[in-house]
Amino acid sequence: MNKLIVSPSPHAHTAESVPKLMYGVMISLLPAFAVSVWFFGIGMLIVTTVSVVSCVLFEYLIQKHILKVPPTHLDGSAVLTGLLLAFCLPANIPFWMVMIGALAAIGIGKMTFGGLGNNIFNPALVGRVFLFISFPVAMTSYPVPGQWLRYTDATTGATPLGIFKEGLGEQTAGELMQQVPGYTDLFIGNMGGSAGEIATVALLIGLLYMLYRKIITWHIPVTILGTVALFTGILWLVNPEQNADPLFHLLTGGLMLGAIYMATDYVTSPMTRKGMVIYGVLIGILTVIIRVFGAYPEGVQFAILIMNAFVPLLNKYFKPKRFGKEVQHG
Amino acid sequence: MSQIIIYTIITLVVIGAVAAIILYFVAQRFKVYEDPRIDLVEEALPAANCGGCGYAGCRNFAEALVKSETFDDLHCPVGGNEAMATVAEILGREAVEQDPLVAVVRCNGQPQYRPRNNIYDGAVSCAVAHSLYTGEGDCPHGCLGCGDCVAVCDFDAIHMNPETGLPEVVDDKCTACGACVKACPRDIIELRKKNKKDRKIFVSCINEEKGGVAKQYCSVACIGCSKCFKVCPFDAITMNNNLAFIDSVKCKLCRKCVPECPTDSILEINFPPPRNKEEEKEKAGVEDAGKTGEKVGATAAVKSGEKADRKTGTEAAVKSRANAEGQTAVNAEGNTGTQVEGKTEANAEKQPGTKTAEKIEEKKQNNADDTKGTKSGENGDANEKTQKD
Amino acid sequence: MGLLTFSRGGVHPPENKISAGKKIEPAGLPEQVVIPVTQHLGAPSKVLVNKGDEVMTGQLIAEAEGFVSTNIHSSVTGKVLKVDKFPDASGYKKMAVQIQVEEDQWEAGIDTSDDLLTNIDGTAEEIRNKILGGGIVGLGGATFPSHVKLMTPKGKKAEYLLINGVECEPYLTADHALMMEKSARLVVGIRILMKGLGVEKAIIGIENNKPDAIEVMTNATASEDGIQVQGLKVKYPQGGEKQLVQALLNREVPSGGLPIDVGVVVFNVGTAYASYLAVQKNRPLIERVVTVTGKSVANPSNFLTRIGTPASFLIEKAGGLPDDTAKVINGGPMMGKAVAKIDIPIVKGSSGILLLRENEALRNPVQPCIRCTKCVGVCPMGLEPYLLMTQAEKGMWEPLERDHVMDCIECGSCSYTCPSSRPLLDYIRLGKAEVGKIMRSRKAV
Repeated sequence: MNKLIVSPSPHAHTAESVPKLMYGVMISLLPAFAVSVWFFGIGMLIVTTVSVVSCVLFEYLIQKHILKVPPTHLDGSAVLTGLLLAFCLPANIPFWMVMIGALAAIGIGKMTFGGLGNNIFNPALVGRVFLFISFPVAMTSYPVPGQWLRYTDATTGATPLGIFKEGLGEQTAGELMQQVPGYTDLFIGNMGGSAGEIATVALLIGLLYMLYRKIITWHIPVTILGTVALFTGILWLVNPEQNADPLFHLLTGGLMLGAIYMATDYVTSPMTRKGMVIYGVLIGILTVIIRVFGAYPEGVQFAILIMNAFVPLLNKYFKPKRFGKEVQHG
Repeated sequence: MSQIIIYTIITLVVIGAVAAIILYFVAQRFKVYEDPRIDLVEEALPAANCGGCGYAGCRNFAEALVKSETFDDLHCPVGGNEAMATVAEILGREAVEQDPLVAVVRCNGQPQYRPRNNIYDGAVSCAVAHSLYTGEGDCPHGCLGCGDCVAVCDFDAIHMNPETGLPEVVDDKCTACGACVKACPRDIIELRKKNKKDRKIFVSCINEEKGGVAKQYCSVACIGCSKCFKVCPFDAITMNNNLAFIDSVKCKLCRKCVPECPTDSILEINFPPPRNKEEEKEKAGVEDAGKTGEKVGATAAVKSGEKADRKTGTEAAVKSRANAEGQTAVNAEGNTGTQVEGKTEANAEKQPGTKTAEKIEEKKQNNADDTKGTKSGENGDANEKTQKD
Repeated sequence: MGLLTFSRGGVHPPENKISAGKKIEPAGLPEQVVIPVTQHLGAPSKVLVNKGDEVMTGQLIAEAEGFVSTNIHSSVTGKVLKVDKFPDASGYKKMAVQIQVEEDQWEAGIDTSDDLLTNIDGTAEEIRNKILGGGIVGLGGATFPSHVKLMTPKGKKAEYLLINGVECEPYLTADHALMMEKSARLVVGIRILMKGLGVEKAIIGIENNKPDAIEVMTNATASEDGIQVQGLKVKYPQGGEKQLVQALLNREVPSGGLPIDVGVVVFNVGTAYASYLAVQKNRPLIERVVTVTGKSVANPSNFLTRIGTPASFLIEKAGGLPDDTAKVINGGPMMGKAVAKIDIPIVKGSSGILLLRENEALRNPVQPCIRCTKCVGVCPMGLEPYLLMTQAEKGMWEPLERDHVMDCIECGSCSYTCPSSRPLLDYIRLGKAEVGKIMRSRKAV
């Protein structure tokens, strides 16, 4: 007879595993990727490839040669970070900048904290913000969609949010709405912006897939989007002359990508349902504050990073509802 | 332009001054008086914060030392008698000498002696495995091999040997803080008196079952036959619940019990091979005499210590020559050599100003001696293995 | 009526009820039995027999000692070989009685016929005494002495009797088989327990993956007032007492409390059947239904097994130990105990023997926690397993207590669901043990 295996219960285990979850997220990103390639062509392909390869490579090198731990670069998390980083960069950004961004994402965002599971901030966003601050011009000149074969030499244009930020004060919201693409275009993604954030409808399909696979719960994306809609709605009702309508806010900028993929990152989001709701609401409010009152046209990235820092606090104060109320024994 | 710079400087200076004044008054207002000796004592302690003294850290222990009248139940196992002597000097009290101790793993259930008949696949924690079942071998008292003791050691002094599946204590590094003793769910690890050159004789089993049952679990289990008990000339061995126990304080390392044991459950470690047996016995006797001398007075201690040092030094030299055939000797030398350098330096740094250069010198010597101990220790291990084979 | 279930957490592991629909068959008598004297929660019973004594089937061999304790009877006729310590399922030695089996001879006064006796004589007090006398314990796995549960503490009032026919553990079918075959007797057993408790209403909770059992029990209780059958949505751990109370009555048992705190007492169907035998037939608890199952088992079965029978005997009956067996579990896959040896005795709490193959048995390598919150989501008690595990690993007993580790029912949903295969429950259980020790010592002071 063979030696029997002994372990404490339970002896059954779900078929789910970390790589499977990571690849699930990647599958859900496929529609958005396809739309981005459709609009940005070769630029999107180059940026994505460079980003993914450098993230995996940097993770491997750092673990192997600096931390001297068994490398885990193939567990899917580095690939996912690379994909998400590529999604929030302009498709015409030079490839060496992408590599710097990947190094910041993996090196600063992930490995300094101890690798997978220990990072406080979303690595992809750390990479993006690092590039945003280091190379502001390259990071804010977005290619106009439809230039399939042009990479860094693509014609650039403003994003809808940028147009609004620039124009408000001198022009009314109604006039500015004439200058941005129509709602249908915003919906399918025919607008300027970071490579992966434009494809609103494709990102929503990804959300549905992740909810179906139970990779994430609805709490974070729905509360973020809901809060943004509510808050911008109030502003719009108060002063429609100087504020864009809520739908415009939902469809533009990095809000969809941020709410669905960046804010829901397992490691950097709260552990309890209550915490998730608070986290989502605060991200929504911060996003709108930065967009409407701040200096930058877009604020999702900062809103998420700021709230990432508050996650440990949320975990401490928002506990799940326990079964049974407190009573003494007997 | 220069105006801006001047204003900037003035503003900063003013802010700094205001803040300094506020801080000064706050510090005065909320000042808590602390015995300055606490800092001095803490300085003298090894700063390991291991909790081996029973207090939460070196600072707490220092406070306790300053407060208490005598040092009877206060002892720092890491700093040992030396640190305690320094503390006593600072506080003007009398140091209480305690025998240095070392952790000893009292299980020899290697796979060839205690067959593994199942595979443990749970959390790698002895505590979890212990609460689940008897372990991979059948023995309900034996080492579980998940390394809880290794995990708690602050001094890197205990390691799992993948071949035997048992933890091994590095005597030089072990400070007898007792963390592993507490961590072991089966109470296998014991703190025993440290002997010269880390020699030890102990019953490597804590199984209290009857002989037949114990033997079923493990071929090197103590079967409670009392043979060692009968042969011991120093009354160091006691029999309790079918288990022999050698009192490390009473044991004179005469080695008479070792060959008596029918199951080889009494281990002798760091002894030369049996052919030198007679010679060794004499030497052991002399050493013991030296040890009792140590306790008499401080000056005597230094002297006899030196004597012992010299003696063991030569002995070790002889032995390393004798064991030159042992191929491990070379490696051991290389390793421990580097270790000593670092250690002596660290020790020298730790020496408070009051210590004389002479003492530091002596410490170095001791360390050197210790290393030789290890070296011969490894040789001893090798010897022991050959014996077993 | 819509399907009920409990509100928080829960998982749905593959059911794998291979032995469902198999008739209960008597396992027969082994050559020797080993009957441990601690088969129940509470104090060990006092052994009454000595080496060499002849005992009869059903004879009292160990008597309840203390309030939370119960009687133990010989399950066979034969000669006592040894009264000594024998290894139990964990390998540690516990006091037990070993008996050499001879031809079955029941003790006088035990009705061994199969006649259905529906008239319940005796007062609640007498019923309780008969249940203690018969050594009845909760057969769902907790093995809490049943007569203790029947005594309602002062100031509390039992309103409902809940009968647990959920059998939410994958693979196991013992309760299912019992409901299918002994429904009429079960109903009498339920009546007995109702009388013993003095309650008017009883609800039988059955998960709707056993529609045949729901149907049979509904028919059996059709003419009974106050007994109702309720189908439940399949979700693990519905068989947990607190979860079942909430699923059926929407009442939450308070933290640290018992179902009686909300006016409910829960019994397993097996316990109800055993109560029927003890009260109506004077027949003590000396046998139970044990499922022997597994994907490689030649003949997965539900055996009516004498207490003390070695598990290896049952495995042999079910077609022998398959070559690819890597893990033998005493109980179900979620809460059962893996054993190191297959000759462990069947005890009152053994509901099944499960043989797993290597690919099912081995745990995946542990990976770092990615904070996916799945364990928090599935915890039926609303705890945070990831946090409790870390605290237990680091020996932080005070924070563990503060974070209510003692509420954990050890259902294993967290470890089951963890994508990183972290041993969450292993450490939480350790934490529970340590915190329990600290709490007891505090009480003792």
